Amino acid sequence: MTGIKILVCAKQIPDPEAPMGSAKIDFENKRMDVSALRQVINPYDENAIEAALKIKEESGGEVTVLSLGHNLDSSLLRKALAVGADRLILVEDPRFEDIDTNSIAQALSAAIARIGEFDLVLTGRQAGDWDSGHTGTVLGEMLGIPTINLARSVKTENGHVNVLKIVPGGYEEVRAALPALVTVSNEVGGLRYPSMKMILLSRRRPVETWKGGDLQVTWDDINGRTITELLAPPDLSRKCRFMEGDAPEEKGRNLATILKREFG
Amino acid sequence: MANRCILVCGETRDGILDERTLEMIGAGRELAGKLGVEIAVALLGDDLDGIAEEISFFGADKIYKVVSPSLGTFAPDLWIRALEELCKQIDPQIVLMLHSTTWMDVGPRLAFRLGSETTTDCVGLEIDEKDGLLLKTKPVFGGNALAVFKCEKLPQFVTVRRNVMKPAARLAAQGEIVDFPVNLDPSMLRVESIKTVKEQAVSLEKANVIVAGGRGIGGPEGFKELEDLAESLKQSFDEVMVGCSRPVVDSGWVPADRQIGLSGAMVQPDLYIAVGISGAIQHLVGMARSRTIVAVNTDINSSIFAVADYGVVDDYKRVIPSLKDRWEELCRDGDKDTCLCKANT
Repeated sequence: MTGIKILVCAKQIPDPEAPMGSAKIDFENKRMDVSALRQVINPYDENAIEAALKIKEESGGEVTVLSLGHNLDSSLLRKALAVGADRLILVEDPRFEDIDTNSIAQALSAAIARIGEFDLVLTGRQAGDWDSGHTGTVLGEMLGIPTINLARSVKTENGHVNVLKIVPGGYEEVRAALPALVTVSNEVGGLRYPSMKMILLSRRRPVETWKGGDLQVTWDDINGRTITELLAPPDLSRKCRFMEGDAPEEKGRNLATILKREFG
Repeated sequence: MANRCILVCGETRDGILDERTLEMIGAGRELAGKLGVEIAVALLGDDLDGIAEEISFFGADKIYKVVSPSLGTFAPDLWIRALEELCKQIDPQIVLMLHSTTWMDVGPRLAFRLGSETTTDCVGLEIDEKDGLLLKTKPVFGGNALAVFKCEKLPQFVTVRRNVMKPAARLAAQGEIVDFPVNLDPSMLRVESIKTVKEQAVSLEKANVIVAGGRGIGGPEGFKELEDLAESLKQSFDEVMVGCSRPVVDSGWVPADRQIGLSGAMVQPDLYIAVGISGAIQHLVGMARSRTIVAVNTDINSSIFAVADYGVVDDYKRVIPSLKDRWEELCRDGDKDTCLCKANT
């Protein structure tokens, strides 16, 4: 089968690879102050985009990237177009700020209903902000389609999706009829780098921007996170003793001596 | 909410019980005590007699054997369906599951079908005395904060991180074993299993020493230096393994079973040597409980040094070989008896 329609859900989040402590806790308002962090596409969702592009290369098809939230940065999300996605849809609404996982899945399913026809929905296995790890599978449930969690490889063939799914101690080869939803783990590989030419071209490509009001959302079902308290994590810091020496080799030898004393 | 039980989902794979189930029962017993309710365990499979007998001495009031020929191997579609039936029948107020690939597959979808939601990867569970609801503590933002969640929808579903809850102890008294046969229609199975492949997976959790590489290693060939160091440390330690941070797996330099951090293995070896790892928080939460931590990185501002006991700010390509050579030298020169840490572990 050629020309399948792939939808990838990609979330904009504060950089989860940022140095420790750069996300601050606003205890009073029970919120994270992430103003010091740059925004990125959730790394696992980047893996999902990469999986979609691999399918497109191998079997053809059209890749639509869908992002939903508040204050989305279209210049950041345009990266999806630069690496080879065909269509980028941003759904923005202040009412989507800080909503819980089920609500995100509700809103995504409403956006997918507006998109219309699709064969395969891909999401990252979890997002690096709240690390809930169930938006994807719950979305599959809402869409009422076969759902496969934790893929390390995704391929399509003859109206089916073939997935190598991560299981304890190995992997399981599974298969489902399309349409289906698959959550993608980082083993599929990091997102490819866009070429300078593609970056320049993508700047001229259209980005479709929808509002919450464009979707058939039952707003009563959209809820904020029910956090009763936000606490500081246990302190992980230690006092580091730096090795001295004129050359790296000397530092290495000194380290060996100290470790030998400690463990010998 | 009175008298609605706490249900623990037993972690089994191919008919074998994972002893982590006892951690869930331990946590469940404590909560059940506070709420004054019963605790039940659900086991799923095609033949559960042995496991049910085994688990019945750990303090659960009831053990439900959810049995069907098609539950013998793990198929999420059918497991969700079977538990949906059990939950509708016994109407638990809390459902406890291990934070594992099995229950991450089942829990969130099952909760949705029952009109509720799941809080995943919890590290603390308490009862709110005001309303009897479950307070669920979970690390968020890669471990930069702990959030306490509360959900009014019932049942309250949680997946619980391993190694956090105290396992239930064996008792003399035995819980009641209840048969719960389910009829599963094959049409419910929408994902077909073709085959399962066991891999020679590395279990980093067992290592005494881990030599871990990050993006700063520069490429797959750089891991040779780490393998060499690991090899010579094997003279002195039982289990020495090479691990890595997530960007290394994303780049395809090292297989995913070597990944350490929030989405990989959570480890606490005696000695952790981090090489070319900058120390993103999601990596740190996976290794910061190691007994001794060594960091080698060219950038003194890397977060990894904040959690390290010993630091080397320099090029690993020159530091690691000399560390290795000197270690071997010291092992050769030293009194054999004092050298062998193996003897002490």
